[in-house]
Amino acid sequence: MIKTLDTFSIGENGIIVKVDGEGRIRRRLFDMGVTPGANVVLQKRAPLGDPIQVLLRGYELTLRKDEANLVHCEVKEETK
Amino acid sequence: MKKFALAGNPNCGKTTLFNALTGSTAHVGNWPGVTVDKREGTYKKEKEAISIVDLPGIYSLSPYTPEEVISRNFILDEKPDCVINIVDATNLERNLYLTTQILEMDVPVIIALNMSDVLDKSGKKLDAELLEKMLNVPVVSISALKETNIEELMHRAYLTSLTERKGNTCLKDTCIAHLVGDVEIAFKGMQVQNPLFHSIKLIEKDEIEIQDHPNLLSIIEEFKKTFKSETFGDDLEAIIADERYKYISNFTKNVVKKIERKEDDSKDSKKKKKENSDGLTFSDKVDKVLTHKIFGIPIFILALFLIFHLTFSTDFLFLNAMGLVDVTSFVGTPYQGLFADGGIASLGTMLTNFFNMSFDALVDLTKTGLESAGAEAWAVGLIGDGIMSGVLSVFGFLPQILMLFLFFSILEDSGYMTRVAFILDRIFRKFGVTGRAFMPMIMGFGCSIPAMINTRTLADEKERRATIRVIPFFSCSAKLPILTSVAGAIVSKFHIANPDIITLSMYLVGMIVAMVALIVMRSTTMKGDVQPFIMELPTYHFPRFKSLMIHLWDKTKHFVKKACTIILISNIAIWCLMHFAPNWSYLEDSQVDNSILAVFSKILQPIFTPLGFGVQLKGLGWVFVAASVAGLIAKENLVGLFAVLAGVISNVSADDISEVEAVVTLVENTQVTAPALIAFILFNMTTIPCFAACATARAELPQGKFKWTLLFWIVSSYIVGTSAFVILTWLWTIPIFVVVIALLIVALYFYRKNGTLFKRKKTA
Repeated sequence: MIKTLDTFSIGENGIIVKVDGEGRIRRRLFDMGVTPGANVVLQKRAPLGDPIQVLLRGYELTLRKDEANLVHCEVKEETK
Repeated sequence: MKKFALAGNPNCGKTTLFNALTGSTAHVGNWPGVTVDKREGTYKKEKEAISIVDLPGIYSLSPYTPEEVISRNFILDEKPDCVINIVDATNLERNLYLTTQILEMDVPVIIALNMSDVLDKSGKKLDAELLEKMLNVPVVSISALKETNIEELMHRAYLTSLTERKGNTCLKDTCIAHLVGDVEIAFKGMQVQNPLFHSIKLIEKDEIEIQDHPNLLSIIEEFKKTFKSETFGDDLEAIIADERYKYISNFTKNVVKKIERKEDDSKDSKKKKKENSDGLTFSDKVDKVLTHKIFGIPIFILALFLIFHLTFSTDFLFLNAMGLVDVTSFVGTPYQGLFADGGIASLGTMLTNFFNMSFDALVDLTKTGLESAGAEAWAVGLIGDGIMSGVLSVFGFLPQILMLFLFFSILEDSGYMTRVAFILDRIFRKFGVTGRAFMPMIMGFGCSIPAMINTRTLADEKERRATIRVIPFFSCSAKLPILTSVAGAIVSKFHIANPDIITLSMYLVGMIVAMVALIVMRSTTMKGDVQPFIMELPTYHFPRFKSLMIHLWDKTKHFVKKACTIILISNIAIWCLMHFAPNWSYLEDSQVDNSILAVFSKILQPIFTPLGFGVQLKGLGWVFVAASVAGLIAKENLVGLFAVLAGVISNVSADDISEVEAVVTLVENTQVTAPALIAFILFNMTTIPCFAACATARAELPQGKFKWTLLFWIVSSYIVGTSAFVILTWLWTIPIFVVVIALLIVALYFYRKNGTLFKRKKTA
């Protein structure tokens, strides 16, 4: 199932398939390692619900929901 | 002399390495045109002295942040003899992304593999030799913190710098290798240096390259016509980013190996199992508490309270207020009240008291000395009060400024500040700034100076400028005496409300003005979308004592230099205005009503009629204008001038009048109204801050923006003061203000939407 990163629930794990947006935001996402093929886990949301924190390429990245909305991911089946 | 550059991601230990390499030779300046720190120093342990430049921490060489542009241009234009690329071994993938871009430039490169000792502890091992083979440049494992292997690094860097190196790309085996080659040949034909780097950046649709070489775009367009990748179509930017990461993750798999540990100590392995079972590191545990859903925000507020309490409080832990302690230290000496005056002073207050009291004694000593040496009265005044007191009063603040700075640096270095931004971003986005802007604003309650310097953590220039401008609206500790004395007078004279409520509401109005000003600026003159908030959350760690001290020392040097130049000159000017009559005869403190300042104030006074302290006042009505001018030296001076004039009126020494009494005397003399007094407080809270803060703002703002900032302060304080006076005097005007504000909101809304006021933007 493909959904955008902002709709993930906490602990959900997925692989990025596509990054929308343009110009500086997209470039910035690429530069921070948000590229197709990368594995992301939603770790938590800020106390007010936004921004969110994800684990990506071995480090913690924070981004707003607006920006997370540009990132399309293939959700991994729960292995538990 | 050879020139080496340090390049790497933020938080990779770059500055720690720089400090270790350069020691006392380091100095901090600014990169031309932008206020990004430029650190330079010299490394002397090699055959030749080597000058080291610390490039700003970056994730990529894209042209979107000033830091990236600086680093890129430095390597391209200044051609360092070697680039030392620091790579954090615990975060290899993202760090090497920058490396792949640096390697595309025609410059000798060496990789400093930092924190590999930390990696060892976590049971992994990094094969530096393999990495060296893969990247085809030297790789040296170091620990910047423990300063291990640094001489080896520098020696190999030195050897590396002796031979030239041609750029080399990880894209050579990919589907776009041909295109890269073609564009590179075109660049070579144009005799451009670093052809490979420019070629790839152009294919990435990099703004700077498109601007510089639009003629080469046709090659890329031509290529796109015949090219379609399965997953990305003709999106070359995505392909390049993807290929870089693919290349990196392919070989990092082989470079990082798990160490097979012998489990001969059963206790140890048990411990390890325990750690593994909950899978949490120290940093994770800390983070769980600090960004907790419910406790996150309260913890942050508590931290702020503690910082301010330790720095500014005169009643430590409220022991006096609770009736537990009532002591005064050193009664009858020049140091009366140093450690305690009623309550026990906090550390910041103690240090400031010590500075101020020592300075006072020094000034007195100098004045007595000059007098007994037979100096003229004006010379004694100028040297003692104009020059010495003026500058020393600024130095008196230094301990508190530095303490505030130290606390916030600790929060910054430990990684907590990024989390604060994470917690608060949601709120601040509404005002057109990111969560990061919150810290500098809150620091403004202590002192505008460290607050303005702290805006350096903001990425966007416009956001930074807007933030610097509103920082003075967060009323600093020096403005508190104005608030308490005038509010006290209002209560005792007009029997309205209670002083605490007035003081608190003034603070609130200041904050509201700041927020409104932010929204207005961010949707008109400093228009720009809210910056994307895509940030790394670095792992928590204890701040390094050494780098904190280096940081503080830099700020101190900077501040002292300012205090001795621009602030000194401004203070002398104001002192002269207060102590000379228009015919240049010297006046005592108590004769200030004949001074040039008084004459000036009387001329300016009519301007303040809408604020309630203009022509409608009688007697010494000009004093409110004069006090506002005197407040430019330091905001406490404002109340000081009140005391002097009240002393003149009631024929007593200024020292014998309390601040509230002084204002009451002036109220009686001038028949100023309560709304005008409120307008006066608000005017002074939002107008031009003290000279020391102005000097800081000037240094922190881009060139040419300072005069507009001054104008902004004058205009906004005038509007705020006028509104307060008019509304409070004639309450029936409230509906008018409501309508005007509503209209402004509507206008602003359309302006934001269409780009121009009321007119639709026509686009062809």
